[in-house]
Amino acid sequence: MQDSKRSKPAWKRGLIGLALGTGLGLASMAGAADMPTAEVNTTGLAVTDDTVKVGILHSITGTMAISETGSVEAEMLAIEQINAMGGVLGRQIEIIQEDGASDWPTFAEKARKLLVQDSVAAVFGCWTSASRKAVLPVFEKENGMLYYPTFYEGLEQSKNVIYTGQEATQQIIAGLDWIAEEKDAKTFYLVGSDYIWPRTSNKIARKHIEDVLGGEVVGEEYYPLGNTNFGSLINKIRLKKPDVVYSSIVGGSNVAWWKQLNAAGITADRQTIMTISVTEDEVLGIGGENMEGFYSAMKYFQSLDNENNQAFVEAFKARWGEDSVIGDVTQAAYLGPWLWKAAVEKAGSFDVDAVAEASAEIELTTAPEGYVRIHPNHHLWSKLRVGQWGADGQATVVYESDLIEPNPFPEGYQ
Amino acid sequence: MDKWIAAFGGRQRLLQLLALAVLLMVILPLTLDIFRLNLVGKYLTYAFVAVGLVLCWGYGGILSLGQGVFFGIGGYCMAMFLKLEASSPENTAIQSTPGIPDFMDWNQITELPLGWIPFHSLTLTILLIMTVPALFAFLIGAAMFKRRVGGVYFAIITQAIASIATILIIGQQGYTGGINGITDLRTLLGWDIRPDSAKYLLYFLCCILLIACLLVGQFVLNSRYGKLLIAMRDQEDRVRFSGYDVANIKIFVFALAGVFSALGGAMFALQVGFMSPSFVGTVASIEMVIFCAVGGRLSLIGAVYGALLVNLAKTLLSESFPQLWIVFMGALFIGVVLLFPQGLAGIYEDYVRPQVAKLFSRKSNAESQGDKAVAQEAR
Repeated sequence: MQDSKRSKPAWKRGLIGLALGTGLGLASMAGAADMPTAEVNTTGLAVTDDTVKVGILHSITGTMAISETGSVEAEMLAIEQINAMGGVLGRQIEIIQEDGASDWPTFAEKARKLLVQDSVAAVFGCWTSASRKAVLPVFEKENGMLYYPTFYEGLEQSKNVIYTGQEATQQIIAGLDWIAEEKDAKTFYLVGSDYIWPRTSNKIARKHIEDVLGGEVVGEEYYPLGNTNFGSLINKIRLKKPDVVYSSIVGGSNVAWWKQLNAAGITADRQTIMTISVTEDEVLGIGGENMEGFYSAMKYFQSLDNENNQAFVEAFKARWGEDSVIGDVTQAAYLGPWLWKAAVEKAGSFDVDAVAEASAEIELTTAPEGYVRIHPNHHLWSKLRVGQWGADGQATVVYESDLIEPNPFPEGYQ
Repeated sequence: MDKWIAAFGGRQRLLQLLALAVLLMVILPLTLDIFRLNLVGKYLTYAFVAVGLVLCWGYGGILSLGQGVFFGIGGYCMAMFLKLEASSPENTAIQSTPGIPDFMDWNQITELPLGWIPFHSLTLTILLIMTVPALFAFLIGAAMFKRRVGGVYFAIITQAIASIATILIIGQQGYTGGINGITDLRTLLGWDIRPDSAKYLLYFLCCILLIACLLVGQFVLNSRYGKLLIAMRDQEDRVRFSGYDVANIKIFVFALAGVFSALGGAMFALQVGFMSPSFVGTVASIEMVIFCAVGGRLSLIGAVYGALLVNLAKTLLSESFPQLWIVFMGALFIGVVLLFPQGLAGIYEDYVRPQVAKLFSRKSNAESQGDKAVAQEAR
């Protein structure tokens, strides 16, 4: 058993070369008939001759539900589209949905349920770093496959996780470079919510500002999650007059933060603010008029002008309603099922080990954000874009970088 | 022998306890797979809290809405010990400072904080799991009860304490792991706590500890102290005028409930493999009161069934109705409290027990008559 497993990759690699050479279309032609279940599933996953089960694990109740709903919708849309195209290796995807309930221990419990009881072939889910940290040991021990959509702090890499959002350096460095040049910025004020992602992000930002850009950080402050009183922070910003305020305030706090800025007369023509935590979803709550003129650094905006994205936005609205908005994470969640499908087809197997190994260097040319490729460290190569918000709640892309290599353990930034 | 049976609440109570022990340690392990059994083990850790609440709320009349704090103390103590063991310099070689927990490294902490050092030793950890909550409860109790703060005011203050504890834990993330909690716990003295065999062992350990707590609880309630406790709940002034120090009575029961909760927390960290501030906060603390209310606040054993039932319903409902389960849970709580104010224990006392009693009394009558006949013959 062990030996045959080990010898497999050799011919598999040959097949991969062939598939890449003749285009990925060939692989998706392969029907269930050519792929007996015993061969594509040697580890007892929930795969039959015509179906394969996957899990979706997000919060649909509790405080995080508002953020995670978009991800659930995107994942479902992708799976429905894949099914309409004939499924994966000729098998229709069946979804088992579980509710993480915005509670990290519940995430761990449900992840174990999906992997142990339901033997799902892959799980698309989690949103906050805390929920990912809670389920990671479960995925590693039970050997499952997780597609995680949120931009996050990095400092993590696992065989069992594909990170479809950006890690911190991808999101921060190019954006800072751009704004420093564009606004001739020398002084920066870093603000964030008090947890691991903003702290790590600002650590990277500070190093980059001080060591590379030759600028100065004139303030760094953190506020508890859910904080709604930013009066003293706004006074300090007025006093210090930084060239750029760099914000990683998340969730509900955002509404208070941007509205209070506006009420205090700090508008985009007086103060440059760049945030790495506001997507279209948040702007819906904040109100476009309060965000007008400020910048977000993200890899995706709903307004991206390319064919892939137009088709995606159209399909999303047709499925989930004309009023839906699509943020960065929603798009990243949409990539999950597609990347999994490509990896399964490349591996010719649903087995987690095979899929994890086949994932490196998988490309997706149909991604709404453009071209993406999985790095051997299981993060995605992606571009960074800076969007300037308009009163209508949509962003105009004012800068687009080249493809950036993901580097979850950045040397010199720790 | 009879003296001992009486000291633990009489034959009836001990039989109920035996039935619970058989259910937990024989029937469930034989019928459930390890995944579900591990979940039951997790629910049982909440039962420790509920049992403590029966003593302190049901019998002592002290409603604490902050029991999550004690659960958290136990859980964090255990998690800190396990985390230190998982953060050996070899396992953490990738960090800028190897040998400290990963989240400290992310927060630019370069040496192990002083408060973590005792948790290198398991003996000290276990000692701390028992003494820290007792001491903490003593401090709160001494501050509140000596000044005759009670009832609703005490409930509100405990809730505030739970709230403060959460904010502290989340705010001091370099030392506590913040909102992520302490994750990825692996071994206990080199023994891997993650495989199925370990899960079984920990489950049984949890059951044994819980039953020990129940026995202690029964013993306390049947002692002279237990009588005082009930007297104090019903007529506090009369007990005070009889010359007893009411505050001390309250402090003791509050501390005992705290220690029980902490044991539950420690077993939680062991069985689930991580600890998070979400168990410390007000929501979790109030949920624990609900387990106790559903079980029946005057029944120690009922509290265990309450914790099991509520959590089982929570798991099953959320698996079947991921969108609506929270509504069903709410309806369940309201229904139980409205229809059965004495909880599950009340249902048992009103409907099941008379039947059981009838069955037993017939039997024991027959037996005793038989005994008489034997005795007469012997004469």
